Amino acid sequence: MPKPKNKQTDPPRYPLRYLARASLPALLDSLRAAGYRCIGPQLKEGAVVYAELDTVEQLPRGVHDQQSPGEYRTQASEDERYFAWANGPQAIKPWLFAPRESLWQVARDEHGRLRFRETSPQVTPLAVIGARACDLAALRLQDQHFLHGAHPDPYYQARRESLFIVAVQCSHTAATCFCASTGDGPRAERDFDLALSELNAGYVVETGSQRGASVLAALPLAAATAAQRDAARQQSERAARLQTRALPGRNLRDVLFANLEHPRWDEVAARCLSCGNCTSVCPTCFCHAESEQPALDGAHSEHVREWDSCFTQGHSYIHGLTIRAETRTRYRQWLTHKLGSWHEQYGRSGCVGCGRCMTWCPVGIDITEEASAICGEGT
Amino acid sequence: MKPKIAVHKFSSCDGCQLAFLNAGEQLLTLSELVDIVHFVEAGPVAPDEQVDIAFVEGSITTPHDVERIQRIRSQSHYLITIGACATAGGVQALRNLVDGQQWINAVYASPQYIASLATSTPIAAHVKVDLELWGCPVNTRQVMAAVRALLFGVVPEIRRDSVCMECKREGNVCVLVAKGQPCMGPVTQTGCGALCPHFGRDCYACYGPAENINTPALVNRFAGLGLLPEEIARRFLTINNAAPAFVDAARSVQP
Amino acid sequence: MRRGDVSHPYLLHEAEIVTRVQEAPDIFTLRLRFSAAARQRDYTFQPGQFNMVYLYGVGEVAISIVSDPEDDLLYDHTIRAVGRVTRGMAALRAGDYVGIRGPYGRGWPLPQAEGRDVLIVTGGLGCAPVVSVIHYILKRRERYGRLIIMQGVKHANDLLWRERYAEWARQPNVEVIIAADQGAPLWPWRIGRVTDLFDQVPFDSERTSAMMCGPEVMMRVAVQQLLARGMNEADIHLSMERNMHCAVGHCGHCQYGGKFVCKDGPVFAYPQVKELFGVRGF
Ligand code: SF4
Ligand code: SF4
Ligand code: FES
Repeated sequence: MPKPKNKQTDPPRYPLRYLARASLPALLDSLRAAGYRCIGPQLKEGAVVYAELDTVEQLPRGVHDQQSPGEYRTQASEDERYFAWANGPQAIKPWLFAPRESLWQVARDEHGRLRFRETSPQVTPLAVIGARACDLAALRLQDQHFLHGAHPDPYYQARRESLFIVAVQCSHTAATCFCASTGDGPRAERDFDLALSELNAGYVVETGSQRGASVLAALPLAAATAAQRDAARQQSERAARLQTRALPGRNLRDVLFANLEHPRWDEVAARCLSCGNCTSVCPTCFCHAESEQPALDGAHSEHVREWDSCFTQGHSYIHGLTIRAETRTRYRQWLTHKLGSWHEQYGRSGCVGCGRCMTWCPVGIDITEEASAICGEGT
Repeated sequence: MKPKIAVHKFSSCDGCQLAFLNAGEQLLTLSELVDIVHFVEAGPVAPDEQVDIAFVEGSITTPHDVERIQRIRSQSHYLITIGACATAGGVQALRNLVDGQQWINAVYASPQYIASLATSTPIAAHVKVDLELWGCPVNTRQVMAAVRALLFGVVPEIRRDSVCMECKREGNVCVLVAKGQPCMGPVTQTGCGALCPHFGRDCYACYGPAENINTPALVNRFAGLGLLPEEIARRFLTINNAAPAFVDAARSVQP
Repeated sequence: MRRGDVSHPYLLHEAEIVTRVQEAPDIFTLRLRFSAAARQRDYTFQPGQFNMVYLYGVGEVAISIVSDPEDDLLYDHTIRAVGRVTRGMAALRAGDYVGIRGPYGRGWPLPQAEGRDVLIVTGGLGCAPVVSVIHYILKRRERYGRLIIMQGVKHANDLLWRERYAEWARQPNVEVIIAADQGAPLWPWRIGRVTDLFDQVPFDSERTSAMMCGPEVMMRVAVQQLLARGMNEADIHLSMERNMHCAVGHCGHCQYGGKFVCKDGPVFAYPQVKELFGVRGF
């Protein structure tokens, strides 16, 4: 692996610390004292999902996950660890890019005059605990999309600015993970406030920001020993080694667009349900639809946006014509955008290798397999 | 003058009419906006009056129904079917797939008094339908949104996306992927708010087929979960039994 | 703190319909004025840009602005009633109010085309975005060379604004050529396919800029014809249409390969879109 040359531009380095597992509640307390509402992983409905976290007891202790295309199961174990699983159906995305959100309201008076009023973004500062390297890579892409254009999205922005991230370095990898091949993991290198590497009895803690450092200030920390640091590093390396899937290249843009008539598009369309699950769980997908919700009496109305998908008919509808009426062109839009035109839009692929689209695809379509079939191996 | 509305009933359980009757305050608002001229279950009876909007619940199952729906169509400007019976034959359309007369003979002591057609068919099989509201039953939001849009002078907007879209927005965990339940969400139309998966159980398709569905792919998946052909067929034939996409899917596994 | 437009890209401004003109059975023009004087004063746009126009309680649609950018009294939108929202808009009358946000997107490269000949190609029922170009050039006649307006229609009866074309044809250094696949009595123009038009009017491919809008099939044919006659790809500009919800590059609906039609377009130079132009499904 070539090393980036500009070492000197790296953020200031904080020393690695060690937090005993028994002191983890103190981290939550410290976050709350700093004004954050804690959001963390919990076992619910058979999966590790992110929800309001009041105590560490809610964390999925000893839970392991088993993932394969179209299948997700968890197993309980005697393991003391809280983060011994790869990832669940969602992580950060729904907390910033809300699945449904009101944008503005309008009232109409008896003269037909319209009064528009923006809906203020909800701004409780959140601390998300447990985000992985792939989630952070996806977050950077969502930031680019929603914040770095000519019209920053005020809702996303308000929540993003007050977001505190406690990342967790992956120690376990699912069979569906391929972040090593996209270059996005399994180690998170930046864009966290704190990052934990979970060991048998505690955590090696990396600090990524001044905010992170101040949250740590009140905690009973020790300097991380060389053995602890090695153990943390080794488990990340092992997680990378265990990944079996990979995309056939980092930039598939040209080869995808050179293969728009590849027979594989028909073949995958025969299997694809066109249900939109892949785009909903994908941490980088940004598409949303706007719609109007008028009050029955007609006196006021609300304008709402909600997650949409290139697999819906409405996505490509334009007065009387649906540009992508069948699954073949919808799947092709998804893949050529995700792995292709993202390069033009945001300078890199839209896939961070989290594997969610294949685990949570009800029929188990594997993006790495489809991409390889269309692009050829080893492009 | 206020627009006139009628609510008609054919073969059905009356459940869809509750979308109006249980609407609470909205029902009062509605009655200020429109004249409800015919709605037997709520009181007003004027079955032959000309109306702007006719809501029709229930499927066509008797010779008398066949005549009555023609009359309703001719006296209604805009006709909206509500629910699985009116839109896709309903549960009672299971009879379309068997010999109904045999059942009648087996069940009734004097079958000669039963004047019933061999099939239960959706309203659209008999007259032109302007709008179909799916669901078993439909909910208040659907019917009120339709009225509101028409009062604004525009066609009501119906999304025919899969239940999965709504299920993911709700933050539910997929019951098919995480529990191996034979969920019909991927082929079912949104509109219910992903109610069943929200409570941890598989969708049973009461909102009928979504647009652009791939039933063979789901049939395959269900077979992979270990469902027998008749179990798979039953997933498709429960509520919307005259919906062609579902009937075809069921026949493909159990001819 | 958040201030008006800069930080809330979705919020609309109220505008009053001052005049409504029925142009054809399903085409009408709304002439609008913002209710807030400051908004009316500060609003500027380029031909080819669009606004999101909001029908109360129903929704928004992207509509091209057809009035002249220097006319700061009223802003015109010519709308065809083809979809749910636009059909609803057809019922609007003078004195009614709508919501407006914009302008959005990139317009026609009119400053760059100064001193050159301009060839307009449009098809189908005629197309609002190029009408703004025609008006712009006619108003600044001395800054441009020849103005050639080409239009193909299926049937003679499909041509709207016949008088308008006749009027344009009377202007200095303007040529209007129209062809219908099928003629009709008293049809003053040609019978034949739009492709034939290009043989009728020789143009100097070096000094001509082409601007077109209309059905994509028509534009495809036109591009081929222009290229075959030696025009530079970069001198061909076209206005694209896609589903739009947000108009600011967020909602993803208008994507055309790597382009967002709302912010990278709607007017594109041909090389920007040629890779996918004509591929079904994008
Ligand atoms: S495309 Fe699939 S693997 Fe890639 S980031 Fe999205 S959900 Fe994850
Ligand atoms: S077009 Fe499809 S793949 Fe691209 S962001 Fe939208 S939903 Fe995701
Ligand atoms: S219209 Fe929303 S991204 Fe272009």
